[in-house]
Amino acid sequence: MPDQSPLLSLSKLSLRFKGQPVCAVEDVSLSVAAGEILCVVGESGCGKSVTAMALMGLLPPGAAEIHGGVMTFDGQAFDLTKDRVPSDLRGGRIAMIFQEPMTSLNPVFRVGEQIAESVQRHSGCSRGDARLRSLEMLRCVGLPSPERLLDQYPHQFSGGQRQRVMIAMALANDPRLLIADEPTTALDVTIQAQILNLIRDLQRDTGMGTIMITHDLGVVADVADTVAVMYGGHIVESGPMTEIFENPQHPYTIGLMASVPRLSGPRQRLTTINGTVPSIRQMPSGCRFRTRCAFAAETCSTRPAQAEVGPDHSVACHFAPLEQMLKVAG
Amino acid sequence: MTAILEARDVKKHFRIGGGLFGKAALVRAVDGVSLSITSGETFAIVGESGCGKSTLARVLMRLLDPTEGEVVFDGTAVTHASGRTLADLRRNMQFIFQDPFSSLNPRMTVGKLIGEPLEIHAPQLSAKDRHAKVADLLAQVGLRREHAGRYPHEFSGGQRQRIGIARALASGPRLIIGDEPVSALDVSVQAQVINLLSDLGRDLGLTLILIAHDLAVIRHMSDRVAVMYLGKIVEQGTTDALFEAPRHPYTRALLDAIPDPDDRNRAGRPQIDGEMPSPAAPPPGCAFHTRCAHATDRCRKVVPVPDETSDGHMTACHHWRDIVDAPRQPFPLNRSAATKARLDLYRKATEGAKITQIAQPKPDREEMR
Repeated sequence: MPDQSPLLSLSKLSLRFKGQPVCAVEDVSLSVAAGEILCVVGESGCGKSVTAMALMGLLPPGAAEIHGGVMTFDGQAFDLTKDRVPSDLRGGRIAMIFQEPMTSLNPVFRVGEQIAESVQRHSGCSRGDARLRSLEMLRCVGLPSPERLLDQYPHQFSGGQRQRVMIAMALANDPRLLIADEPTTALDVTIQAQILNLIRDLQRDTGMGTIMITHDLGVVADVADTVAVMYGGHIVESGPMTEIFENPQHPYTIGLMASVPRLSGPRQRLTTINGTVPSIRQMPSGCRFRTRCAFAAETCSTRPAQAEVGPDHSVACHFAPLEQMLKVAG
Repeated sequence: MTAILEARDVKKHFRIGGGLFGKAALVRAVDGVSLSITSGETFAIVGESGCGKSTLARVLMRLLDPTEGEVVFDGTAVTHASGRTLADLRRNMQFIFQDPFSSLNPRMTVGKLIGEPLEIHAPQLSAKDRHAKVADLLAQVGLRREHAGRYPHEFSGGQRQRIGIARALASGPRLIIGDEPVSALDVSVQAQVINLLSDLGRDLGLTLILIAHDLAVIRHMSDRVAVMYLGKIVEQGTTDALFEAPRHPYTRALLDAIPDPDDRNRAGRPQIDGEMPSPAAPPPGCAFHTRCAHATDRCRKVVPVPDETSDGHMTACHHWRDIVDAPRQPFPLNRSAATKARLDLYRKATEGAKITQIAQPKPDREEMR
């Protein structure tokens, strides 16, 4: 995998929404290199989408207080507590695709116009050139007869086709970084496989970096080079994909792996993670996972620091690695 | 083994469009489905969006009237029932909905929500008995007695789905149909609800029909599986047979498409192209031929007849016997020794084993806040 200075790095992002007692995202650091896919994994409310929004400068001003965080993109540093992420980065050098392609496309404009608009906005080219570029992009994402589709409206497309249009729009300005927020969650599995293959192919061809947000460990195994596991606004474990699967350290990572229903292996009762994600008002102090953790002890009321457990692999748990710290009694 | 629910050549067609100027289109949502559900089993119906699985579930419950065919519950024709008979059927067949956020009335307390089916189906109960019964039901689905006074918005998605399950159990049904009961839930909570449904099915001797799009979920909780494509069942068999040796090319494609954490073959998995055609204009012959790698002229012209082998495994494909000779290679469980040891320790801890600490956390791991 490419070993160079990261395309994007985020250092210690902390933010709190107005009226909430604790930070929704706390001390989140991550980095992604060109040509690499970073998967941010976690369940609803873990802060994965909020982190992406902050990176894109999409959080509504006034709704969230950013307490800290420095983003470095392509050699430029932004102090997120003061600087606004410049709007010409969005949709230009950083592009984003969302989960629900129907609500992300404008229903009253033809698809071709919507792609062309973004091309014109960022490159300042003529309408004719922008239209040619739209056509090229629709072809590039594997849509059949793109000349005809250019003049159609979003409702005339299926879910999978709309997601292809979103990808065409996102990639029209040759972004260096793509942020994909659950891009296949709303799609059927056979279509999901097509879209994941498409993103992987395009990413290989263009050498862009990708941050993919997902809740599905299967998708992670499929596309990720590196992984960050989030719980309750903290990154609890991060590392190269194979390390995460072959040397998982955090009880939450292990619990997630145990609770995914599998296609192979014994058909046994599923292991679960007890309870549910606490609301932000009931977030425990110290390790935020401790209220659901099968191994929680008194120590866990102090927050564990990120500790390196392998090359580029770090974990925030007092009891890692588990089998050296704990055993079944008797 | 007796059949509790039978569907015989059920069809449900919807007429859409038309209006003043357009020509009406006929959507063949369910197009000739026959099923026989055995008492006490968990039967899964899987397929992608638009395959007709939810419509079929609603026809089985008679939330919709079929266009053709009939449904029989324990000797009673569901399709023609009315009055007292229909009320009895409703008591015996209950439904769990997909979305726990929109299927519970936000203005009713949980106690009232669960008590409502009791008022209808067990009017002889006094208010006191009803409250006791509601408390029992709450306990059965893993909620607490005091939750009865709260409103749905105070609960998480998984808890709401438990409320939905308690509501379905209230009338003492023999059959429950769940339409994607766990697909709106987070992974960790999904596993809890799957385990709950399995336990209830076993303890109460319930027959469960589960509608789902996720084959991995189905594998863990069903005895038999039917795979639907464009209004028809294309393959049906026991869960083990269907997952180990899928016969229909569509079943294989579905299985291949699911990303699994243990499958880390980075070369990319085989993929089927295209999308499911519209049920308003199904292709001639085998409906799957437009996406099938094995399609021949025969598939494009002749509708395949369901072919059932002696083990009861049904496949609707002209060529399954040729394809099945090249069995699908299941990927091995790809787990390192460390992963296995930790998953094992985790499983034991969640099952209540006592865990002792054998080493002290390193001091540099702690950071006072």
